[in-house]
Amino acid sequence: MKNNLLLILQTSEITSENWLSSPGVIGTIVLIFIVLFLGIFIFIKRLNRYVDVLEDNKKDLSEEDFERRLINLDKAEVDHILKARQQGFKDEEKPADTVEAPSKYSGFIKKIIDPENPLFDEKARSTTQIKISKELKQIIVWYLGAGIFWLVFGTLVGQYLGMKFIWPDLDKISWLSFGRLRPVHTNTVFWGWASLAMVGLGHYVVSRTSNREIFNYKWSKIAFWLINSCVFIGNIFLMAGINNGGGEYREYIWPIMALFAIGLIIIFFNFYKTVATRKISEIYISNWFILASLIWTIVLAIIGYFPSYQDGLGETVIQGYYMHQGVGMWFMTFTLGLVYYFLPSALNKPIYSYSLGVLAFWTQMLFYTLIGTHHFVFSPLPWWLQTVAIVFSAGMFIPVFAGTTNFLMTMRGSWNHISKSYVLPFFLVGVVFYFVGSVQGSFQAFRFTNYLWHFTDFNVAHSHMTMYGIITFLMWACIYALLPKITGKEPPQNLVGAHFWLAFIGLIAYMVSLMVGGTLKGLSWIEGNPFIESVILMENYWVWRAVGGTLMFISHIIFAYNFYLMVRKKKKVKHSFLPDRQAQKETLNTQSN
Amino acid sequence: MLNLHKDHKNLVLIAFSVFVALSIGVAIIPAYQMQEYEPIPGQKDLTNSERKGLGIYVSENCVACHTQQVRNIEMDAVWGDRPSLPSDYFYSKQRMGIWRQSPSLLGSERTGPDLTDIGNRQPSDQWHLLHLYNPRLVVEASIMPRYSWLFRKTDTTAIQDGDITLPRGNTQMEGSEVMVAKEDALHLVAYLKSLKQFSFEDASPTEFIPALPKKEGSNATSTKSEQSMGANLYQNNCAACHQGNGRGVKGAFPPLNGSLIVNDENPEMLIKIILMGYDARQEYGMMPALADNLTDEEIKAIVDYERSSWGNSAPKVPKEIITRLRDSISNLP
Repeated sequence: MKNNLLLILQTSEITSENWLSSPGVIGTIVLIFIVLFLGIFIFIKRLNRYVDVLEDNKKDLSEEDFERRLINLDKAEVDHILKARQQGFKDEEKPADTVEAPSKYSGFIKKIIDPENPLFDEKARSTTQIKISKELKQIIVWYLGAGIFWLVFGTLVGQYLGMKFIWPDLDKISWLSFGRLRPVHTNTVFWGWASLAMVGLGHYVVSRTSNREIFNYKWSKIAFWLINSCVFIGNIFLMAGINNGGGEYREYIWPIMALFAIGLIIIFFNFYKTVATRKISEIYISNWFILASLIWTIVLAIIGYFPSYQDGLGETVIQGYYMHQGVGMWFMTFTLGLVYYFLPSALNKPIYSYSLGVLAFWTQMLFYTLIGTHHFVFSPLPWWLQTVAIVFSAGMFIPVFAGTTNFLMTMRGSWNHISKSYVLPFFLVGVVFYFVGSVQGSFQAFRFTNYLWHFTDFNVAHSHMTMYGIITFLMWACIYALLPKITGKEPPQNLVGAHFWLAFIGLIAYMVSLMVGGTLKGLSWIEGNPFIESVILMENYWVWRAVGGTLMFISHIIFAYNFYLMVRKKKKVKHSFLPDRQAQKETLNTQSN
Repeated sequence: MLNLHKDHKNLVLIAFSVFVALSIGVAIIPAYQMQEYEPIPGQKDLTNSERKGLGIYVSENCVACHTQQVRNIEMDAVWGDRPSLPSDYFYSKQRMGIWRQSPSLLGSERTGPDLTDIGNRQPSDQWHLLHLYNPRLVVEASIMPRYSWLFRKTDTTAIQDGDITLPRGNTQMEGSEVMVAKEDALHLVAYLKSLKQFSFEDASPTEFIPALPKKEGSNATSTKSEQSMGANLYQNNCAACHQGNGRGVKGAFPPLNGSLIVNDENPEMLIKIILMGYDARQEYGMMPALADNLTDEEIKAIVDYERSSWGNSAPKVPKEIITRLRDSISNLP
């Protein structure tokens, strides 16, 4: 492995003649196939289930059904039946309360299988419910709700921008022109959607793993308003043509970004105080990641905006550092922290290896910090800085392998969860993209691949692979794992399934079309064709990108509706056979997480 | 000792200080070093108008699609004569006041062409204005947005001295209306025209890293490759105005198909125009001189291509005429 890496780094001859056999390109193709296989794997798992359902329907259900129902009963239901039957035996004279129950249900609950909807058939509902304080629940719902608003808004903008590649004359309004709107899309999904969702989920993890309430809920609310107003005001400024200088992800001018930074500082102290007064002696690994990502991002925002070294190409050095760390130290680190909690908790087992998590943590810090300049390979920045960036991009394999192994090994043996609910498929896609997206990014930093792909649409494919494939999918997994437990309401599985498949297929279409188009664009440039030809050849790929984007956007609307179903205040319809189910649940109140 | 698993203070402190130390090493110190580069002797600062144009370039976020860096690899050689140097950015990359930092001009995506040398490649005001108003008027396949808010509509009778108007035919004006470029458009064009890669004598030429192995001269295919070389050169140097189909843009850039000058038995006038530029006709924009940009072989390829495409059929020109004309021009005072 080591030798291979060195070889790749030392390849000094760059020819496009055999570009197909270049290690970076081959690696990337392999990675794309991994994702496709993953999709097929999940699909087959689901299809299996479908076939099972069909076959089951053919057979005489009575016996098997009877057996399965017996097996599928959850504890509360069994208790209830037993109690009812015991009562039936005991007070034969006075069956007033139970007179209906035995006749109608004869002691068993009918599980509803809906064969008309086999692809998204109803799964066993999540049975564990967790009681948390009203304040914590409110904060989580606030953050997630606002995050989802920005997700829908941000991707609507993205969708519109994608259409402009095909119809550049869609509008003639200065506020909606491509240049001004593009940063609105990126900043909204960054600082609006992903950040708010992460922090919202972070509240739960920090409080839960510290076994106490969040230090101060008022602070959380202040931070909430600061971050939201940063995104709101920032977007208006961008559309009005006031930006910081066009550097990606720091387009908001500093007084606006300061709102975000202050919000982060407040959240950091809030979480830090909570962890500091925890009721467990160990600091759970999730808190390492969460606290570190907050403190790193605060440092990052300050370095990114501090003026005294940012004239001339100084700005470019900082830009490379900032835009890479924004992704690596903020989104990636924080999200990993969340996964270290939510994945084991969703599968109801411990994380595979705690020390692998610790290794991933330190290598994340060491290697990720040094690779920002790989966004400027072959630029006038110093060659040593570029080389450091390329070498440590390869070093990124370590935290990525460590993290992926850890998560996959945790999932091992629980694959049947895939056919039970959509939480694991979301996690699985996120984790596989964590591997695929990060490794592909490292490949892209190598000289030849950079030669071929830099400046093309391939970059856009990569950033969607990571910010969408990794961060957003994992965020959805966490939300679907958590919300039903704390609100007691689950969205119908067919809607969750629709969300999953639309987002996944949309992302694949988006990614593959831009990767293929980007590669052809790069080859066209290498051959020295007139520039406009590379614009013309992209047209079909841009159409497919827009199609993929549309699917993704529709899935977000479904997701927003699912969220609404999970948090709406409407009273739950009571099960007629279990009038006291809710109360029982609360007393059971599994603390297994 | 550190007990990171139980001591939150140490954990956060170490994560913080190692990150800061790494950041200083990999970002702040290199940034300070890069900031110290000085301009190349003779390089000029931006004028007032050009600087305002840069401001518009930034606020319209042109950097989202246009790079301004010639990398040291062969495919970038079409965007400039040499790879970009840190000094190239001395004047343009300065902090823009209290609220806004130094612009990120290098860019990260090339959805549109690189603009390092656009001032040399495309020195015509008229072209730039028409292109900003509606890019598809001059580049058919362009996907750039229109910047029509940089222009205002007025009546022909209300035009004042110094107002720069767009050709009425192209912009589909009705009655006596006409499009006039606003101040901002003029500043932006001034900035774009100022983007010329600064060439200096004692530059140690940095080589571009090649991508393709050098083609061995196989004579069998030479006519074909000559033809395609002419077509490529035409696309890169001429098509922006005269269009890929040679029809030009009515009221802005003259057509080449069926043109008397192009089809003339004697190619001298055509070659002279390419070498020296041309601005004799009121109704058309100015043609820049290309003597410094193209070699004699390249001019021959372009001329042959023009004389044998779009229905034109004039004989090929011998290279000697071009060499002779170039010499006679350089002997002019």
